[in-house]
Amino acid sequence: MKLGVLFSGGKDSTYAALLAKRAGHELACFLTVDSENENSFMFHTPAIKLTKLQSKLADVPFLLRKTNGKKELELFDLEELIKDAIERYNIDGIVTGAVESVYQASRVQEICDKLEVQCFNPLWQKNQWELLDELIESGFDMRIVGVFAYPFDGKMIGRKIDKKFVEDIGKVHKRLRINPAGEGGEFESLVVNCPLFKKPLGVNDIKAVGAGNSWRGEVKLKNG
Amino acid sequence: MDENVLVLNVCKERLHGLEFVRPVEEILRQSKLDHETCHYKQLTERILNRCTHMIICGTSLRDNHFIEDVDKFRWLFDNFPDKPVLGICAGMQIIGVTFGEKLKKNQEIGYYHEKVSEDFLGLEKDFDEGEYEVWHLHNSYVDFSENAWKIFMRSSDAVHIPQAVKHKEKKIYGVLFHPEVRQKEMILEFVKNG
Repeated sequence: MKLGVLFSGGKDSTYAALLAKRAGHELACFLTVDSENENSFMFHTPAIKLTKLQSKLADVPFLLRKTNGKKELELFDLEELIKDAIERYNIDGIVTGAVESVYQASRVQEICDKLEVQCFNPLWQKNQWELLDELIESGFDMRIVGVFAYPFDGKMIGRKIDKKFVEDIGKVHKRLRINPAGEGGEFESLVVNCPLFKKPLGVNDIKAVGAGNSWRGEVKLKNG
Repeated sequence: MDENVLVLNVCKERLHGLEFVRPVEEILRQSKLDHETCHYKQLTERILNRCTHMIICGTSLRDNHFIEDVDKFRWLFDNFPDKPVLGICAGMQIIGVTFGEKLKKNQEIGYYHEKVSEDFLGLEKDFDEGEYEVWHLHNSYVDFSENAWKIFMRSSDAVHIPQAVKHKEKKIYGVLFHPEVRQKEMILEFVKNG
């Protein structure tokens, strides 16, 4: 099948794309919705500007649609983007990185069904610890580019998601029951390298910007 | 005899198995229950002989190719009539169609609140007034007749869709919602007491 991937540049959508490729499907395009709303219900936002470059590294065509981030307009823009992908790349289905996000999963399912394409959610209900382990074992280089919940602060920005991170997040999980993979929006990630990329994203620095328990990473690239 | 659960995959696309089959396997694995997974097209008498229970999993909204293979499922129910079976969503539809019930169109996607009229596989009528939040993902349902089926849950809308049923004489259960999302314990209850 020719599939379009709803791509945020974070660990879940990138891993979902890899699983689709491993299952023998063609990654026909990556689709990104760039929301002006930093608290978007649907779309991961911190390092969304890098998805075009990540798509290039994965050698997958890229489609972008901007949205002002108002709740229902986001869905309209998403539908238009998927329509565009169907017209341009003749895709048979959409892949998402949804794990537990019901709002996201149900809306994408509805849109796909309306547009008569398949909807794949290969990470759906996946155990979050196993997801992190699999990502690390699969050679994903992932950095934290946003934190939005107690007890996280600016020191987390730029941190690599590795075994030590999993160990540390385990301690926080024990105390506060936060979702270890950030599925509740506690943190957001950026994939710097993975088996889909020809070479790593050349990250020079990730500067933390924010206050309290809400911080974002401003990513500076080596040649930018 | 110790439980050995057969998890039956009905997905046309292998990638959909990660969404509809793996979560069921995960629940069984975490509870250390022996299980094996098989696609229905590869199902053999030998596999069925060694399993004590069978769970027919769901599949995606736009995948209903299994309807073309009703004979395969008829063979299964004819030859293994005493095997406890739980059909989830598409699995429930397979059960219904195989037993001659009618398949009808109705889309439900997302979380819905549904009520059990009697206790059903661990869903208690007296707990929280029998109301449960369930995950729906289907374009069709089966209009089970009450002659052969006991209906434990119907949707609260005007259509009154059967959401949870059991055959009156056999240990065959069906749920239209996906218990692997919010009612994980229901799957274990089926294996232990179904």
